[in-house]
Amino acid sequence: MTMGLFSKLFSSKEKTAQREKYKIGMMKTRKGALSGLKEVLSSSKKVDEALFDHLEELFIMADIGVNTTVKLIQQLRDVTKKQKIEDPRQLESVIVDTMFETYLKGQTVNTNIRFEKNGLTVILFVGVNGTGKTTSIGKLAYQLKQSGKQVMLAAADTFRAGAIDQLKVWGSRVGCEVISKEAGSDPSSVVFDAIRKAKSQSVDVLLVDTAGRLQNKVNLMKELDKIQRTIAKELGKNAQETYLVVDATTGQNGLSQAKIFSEVTPITGIVLTKLDGTAKGGIVLAIRDELSIPISFVGLGEKLTDLDYFDIEDYIYGLFADLFEGEGSHGSNR
Amino acid sequence: MAFENLTGRFQMALRRLTGKARLNENDIDEMMREIRLSLLEADVNYKVVKEFTDEVKELAFGEAILKGLNPGQQVVKIVNDELTKLMGSQAEPLKLKTSGISVIMMVGLQGAGKTTTAGKLGAYLQKTLEKKVMLVAADIYRPAAIDQLKTVGKQLEIPVYEEGDKVNPRTIVKNALKFAKDGGFDTVIVDTAGRLHINETLMDELIDIEKITQADEVLLTVDAMTGQDAVNVASAFHEALSVTGCILTKLDGDTRGGAALSIRKVTGVPIKFAGTGEKLHELEVFHPERMASRILGMGDVLSLIEKVEEEIDEDEAMSMMEKMMSGKFNYNDLLKQMKMIRRMGAFSGILKMLPGMGQMANMDKVDDKQIHYIEAIIRSMTPEERSNPELIERSSGRRNRIAKGSGRSTTEVNRLVSTLEKQQKMMQQMSNIRPETMERMASGTPVSQAKRNRGKGRGGYRF
Repeated sequence: MTMGLFSKLFSSKEKTAQREKYKIGMMKTRKGALSGLKEVLSSSKKVDEALFDHLEELFIMADIGVNTTVKLIQQLRDVTKKQKIEDPRQLESVIVDTMFETYLKGQTVNTNIRFEKNGLTVILFVGVNGTGKTTSIGKLAYQLKQSGKQVMLAAADTFRAGAIDQLKVWGSRVGCEVISKEAGSDPSSVVFDAIRKAKSQSVDVLLVDTAGRLQNKVNLMKELDKIQRTIAKELGKNAQETYLVVDATTGQNGLSQAKIFSEVTPITGIVLTKLDGTAKGGIVLAIRDELSIPISFVGLGEKLTDLDYFDIEDYIYGLFADLFEGEGSHGSNR
Repeated sequence: MAFENLTGRFQMALRRLTGKARLNENDIDEMMREIRLSLLEADVNYKVVKEFTDEVKELAFGEAILKGLNPGQQVVKIVNDELTKLMGSQAEPLKLKTSGISVIMMVGLQGAGKTTTAGKLGAYLQKTLEKKVMLVAADIYRPAAIDQLKTVGKQLEIPVYEEGDKVNPRTIVKNALKFAKDGGFDTVIVDTAGRLHINETLMDELIDIEKITQADEVLLTVDAMTGQDAVNVASAFHEALSVTGCILTKLDGDTRGGAALSIRKVTGVPIKFAGTGEKLHELEVFHPERMASRILGMGDVLSLIEKVEEEIDEDEAMSMMEKMMSGKFNYNDLLKQMKMIRRMGAFSGILKMLPGMGQMANMDKVDDKQIHYIEAIIRSMTPEERSNPELIERSSGRRNRIAKGSGRSTTEVNRLVSTLEKQQKMMQQMSNIRPETMERMASGTPVSQAKRNRGKGRGGYRF
């Protein structure tokens, strides 16, 4: 365990702007869960069980979940014992480092989109109802377009009323073609058409919107399997990225979502939406911990530009923003 | 053989009678840890869990243990009872005007399911309460939200009032009310835009709409999968508006739905409906008493408790026990006992659930068929034989006849006879010994060890 990670978190000045966004996104109310960390640490006289209980409460309140919380707390106990840490203030860096390492799991996590070098890249968006799949597609389409890619959207949510219209609105806002059929059509046939069309028009990236489905609906999950198989057939492989869109307010059910969706189709990353509320979206840490699925993007607001690549440092910073605030202008003076 | 397990069952029954009669702190603490974890995994808010378990702990202390349950199960029972009480004991109906136009406002975070639920609720009111319903599209922000409501309205044949996405929602609802009055509608459901509870501008808009419409019901739509944040969301909406009820959506998923409990405990707002599917008729009146057990989990324990409560007549059990102790236990009693057990369901299943039974050595050999066979044998006895077991003990002719009549072998009949005999003796002996010894016996401590513990010359019990 190095203290380096913690100071690194303070020193990288160039990130201040983006970090500010996370902070604004995640700290809109001071009542939010993990913002109590500083208070807990400064009001505790020594590192004892009462302090660990407080930390446990903070982690649970961020939806990190019982299992991962217990694991994190145990690691904190071990480290404090090994390093003979007695002053609660010293715990700050240990907590951040521990979370950091729990997330990385000793791997290099690269969440950049795996674009096809020559040819079409297909990105499939899946998830339960109401998590923000269509909105995330709109935002990502905008960013890809800005970076010079030619983007196409496929309206494979043929079930929900207004879903096709919603995607079309995004299409016209961003300025890209939307492939759709009438409501109630077979979603796989929409995907089939879209891939053919995208190939013939040399489109770079095809973003596929699917209907929200609860993971315990076997028939709907089979439908998703069929969509992925259609992609595999037309593309010669699975979609380069399949994102599970998870609402930050989601509790422990997020684990079940990640688990069952990845049983049907390999999930390459998570899009964590609505992080601009008071929810902390800690369930994604549990998902990473238990299923090794990384977080790829975060939704931080309602504007077209409010979708960012996930950055674990910024995320931890957002969780503990109050902790860093007192340390100077985002710690750049350390 | 089944009989040995029956004996075990009696021992357990004795233990329940002579052992712990009330819950002590240890029992409660042990179970509370598990209950705490279970509630947290169900997404009940951390603070709510803490408060709740503290309250229940106090309630449970010294509580009498119900016959048929062990202390752990008794704690689960108390927790479940309290949860049910907290959730509310019955469904709370909508409070709509009997004359004039009633207004229902749908509010909530983005993606909670307001639009779908607005449609479902409209269909419900139209169908079950025969209301003349109109939907109002006041979500001008989300792309195609109006289209969505229009599509839903069309499917349900409910008119949708809309003015596109360029008009201020305050104006839209004002006009909508006028339109409803002219059109002879009596129920207006306003679909508002999803918003974060910390977005002041949009919250102000809701406050204004509530004022303009004098809404009869302000229904907060909450995703059943919501985690710890449910409390913040519900409190914020409730502070800004007078929320009259909640609708829990997506309850057909595999979530435990602890958010329901958090919201209820923190705001006191009742949950009135639950969304249970994607189709537009899939909205149900919410039954809080059913939700409690879903949140708590521990389904197997709860179903056992239910069965014990339903099926075991305490007096019956008591008189059985007295009979056994007096040594006058006969085949009629045995038959009654079998019935009691069968009423509670598959024998092997029930044994597993019973306290301490899991450790019984012959657990695996328990066979529901054995119970059938024993019953058949008893039923082949004459009434005299049943009430006076000695008759059978003395006559091999009787035993042969019973075997033939029941289709079982003579050996099996003999075994049953000797088992009843043994049991009678044992029960007689038991009734002569001290309660503490019985308790130790029942808890599975080997007798020899019990003797040693008591010291030389103080033991000498023979079983």
